[in-house]
Amino acid sequence: MSPLLEVNNVSKAFGGVQANHDISLQVADGEIAGIIGPNGSGKTTLFNSIVGAHPIDRGSIKFRDEELSRLRVPHIARRGLLRTFQQTRIYKQMTCVENMLISRPHANETLGSMLADFDEADYREAGELLELVGLYAKRNLQAGELSFGQQKLLEFAMALMNNPKMLLLDEPTAGINPTLINGLLERLVYANRELGITLLVIEHNMRVIMSLAQRIYCLAHGQLLAEGAPETVRNDPRVIDAYLGGQ
Amino acid sequence: MSAAQLATAAGPKARVAGGYTALLIVSLLAPLVFPAYVTQFAFLWVLVVIALCWNVMGGEMGYNSFGNIVFFGVGMYATSVVQVGLYGDVGAYTAAKGGLALDLTVTQYFVGLGVGMFAGALLAVALAGILGLGMLGLRGHYFAIGTLGLGIAAAELAAGWDWIGAGSGMVPPNYPDAAGIDRTTVFYYLAFILAVATFFTLKRLRRGRFGLAINAIRDDEDKAEAMGLHTTRYKTVAWCVSAFFTAFAGGIVGNIVGFIDPRTVAFAGVTYGVWMVLMTVLGGKGTLWGPVVGAAVFHVTQELFWTYLLGWQRVALGLLIVLIVVFFPKGIVGYIRDKWPEKFGYTVDESATGAAADPAQQGGTR
Repeated sequence: MSPLLEVNNVSKAFGGVQANHDISLQVADGEIAGIIGPNGSGKTTLFNSIVGAHPIDRGSIKFRDEELSRLRVPHIARRGLLRTFQQTRIYKQMTCVENMLISRPHANETLGSMLADFDEADYREAGELLELVGLYAKRNLQAGELSFGQQKLLEFAMALMNNPKMLLLDEPTAGINPTLINGLLERLVYANRELGITLLVIEHNMRVIMSLAQRIYCLAHGQLLAEGAPETVRNDPRVIDAYLGGQ
Repeated sequence: MSAAQLATAAGPKARVAGGYTALLIVSLLAPLVFPAYVTQFAFLWVLVVIALCWNVMGGEMGYNSFGNIVFFGVGMYATSVVQVGLYGDVGAYTAAKGGLALDLTVTQYFVGLGVGMFAGALLAVALAGILGLGMLGLRGHYFAIGTLGLGIAAAELAAGWDWIGAGSGMVPPNYPDAAGIDRTTVFYYLAFILAVATFFTLKRLRRGRFGLAINAIRDDEDKAEAMGLHTTRYKTVAWCVSAFFTAFAGGIVGNIVGFIDPRTVAFAGVTYGVWMVLMTVLGGKGTLWGPVVGAAVFHVTQELFWTYLLGWQRVALGLLIVLIVVFFPKGIVGYIRDKWPEKFGYTVDESATGAAADPAQQGGTR
């Protein structure tokens, strides 16, 4: 069976800076894969390339056997490949419930559905997912009033509301206190096991990524340095060098 | 959740219904009680409509449109052109510069008016769709500046087009004397019906997908795209909705004023074009009642200043705007919303109990 997401020899340069060079990776359906790498190693650029935020220079990106590299962000999102942002992004002036409601899937949108009201099922699902991330009590609060950690949880719940096939998470635990991290991890695993959402996670917190991911890719200087099981990657001398500045 | 909402909303609901009824009665009786002010009241409803429409773009969606005046003018011209064109030759009528009066029967007049206003609205919607393709790709200040040019361009085009009277303008057909009801009263009720229709249509739209989608575009358009929203479609539909009702308002104003000048009545960027922005900001951008309150406050103070401070009316009005922007930067309704958020459905926190068990209650580190 072909992998769910297939990135082949992708390169991307910004002027003279080679952000991604010849990167290939595969993520199988139902898997949790991780991407690690020092700051500036090109992880977020790779995410942006996959979700269509900018065109790639070379290579191909396939999702469910469909070429993505020519599609734009909303088109890719509607195919079930969704990303969250490193700098958490939510709709600040809207309430949590409204944030959830508008995150319903937007495939097959017609003029009729654009002008339609939300139904009982929409409200129920929004409520359930807010309950899952522990924000139900704050559902009628403007999202901008939430703490940073709560905004991250809300963004995650919004992503689940969109019913994606695969989720790209850009540093889901950055800026969250350690107690909350464990809760978030449980919910990520829940989304993967119970909702069948494939995850590709960028993470700096080694404890988190080692326990979460089944396979890890390590980037450094825009190139793929190592890949494999968490143990293998952690003990790879090149990875240790890259992190500790051995190069 | 919705059951709980309904339970708490049952009390206020009766009060809200009472409020609407009181407004309805006052509005219906106003022309009978104050016959001298009917035209002013009609203008008030028109201002409410164009402010509500501007709020869809500038308030709810965050796209400050200075181009809405185009739809106002298009609606105005189209209404009159149809009013004349159904029963006569538009070219000859405008060439006579008012010298060629159309004697219309009561039925002819109202059929022409109705058809004309709908034609104008549909034309404006089509125009919004076409302009939207080009303009709505611009964001923020670029959209504002881009649309600023549209109104000016439209005025110059109309001023150079002989068929609709060019620079000498156009006169809508005379109101038939046989109608048996005062002309201003008719347009008062038309404007009132339009305002009610606009208000409730927008009220309904803003709580559904459309309303939340344009709010999402205002808060973070990149996020909205990343979540798969058809942002371009939503933006275009928003402009079309805005154009639809604005064009009706234009059709009514053309007939109340009785003379359509391309620059100072139809595509009047410095009066109606600025007022629609001003009234919305005064009342509160992005709120349902803001444009209504803003239009009322603006219109009443403007008239009072004009009456009692003649010569200084513009100065006083400018001063009032400065004061409101400084002390109520979010507008009148926006200020009230910040003061009593729970009245607007922003419940701060419902659970004091069980906080410890809930990881989200512990908050983040930043």
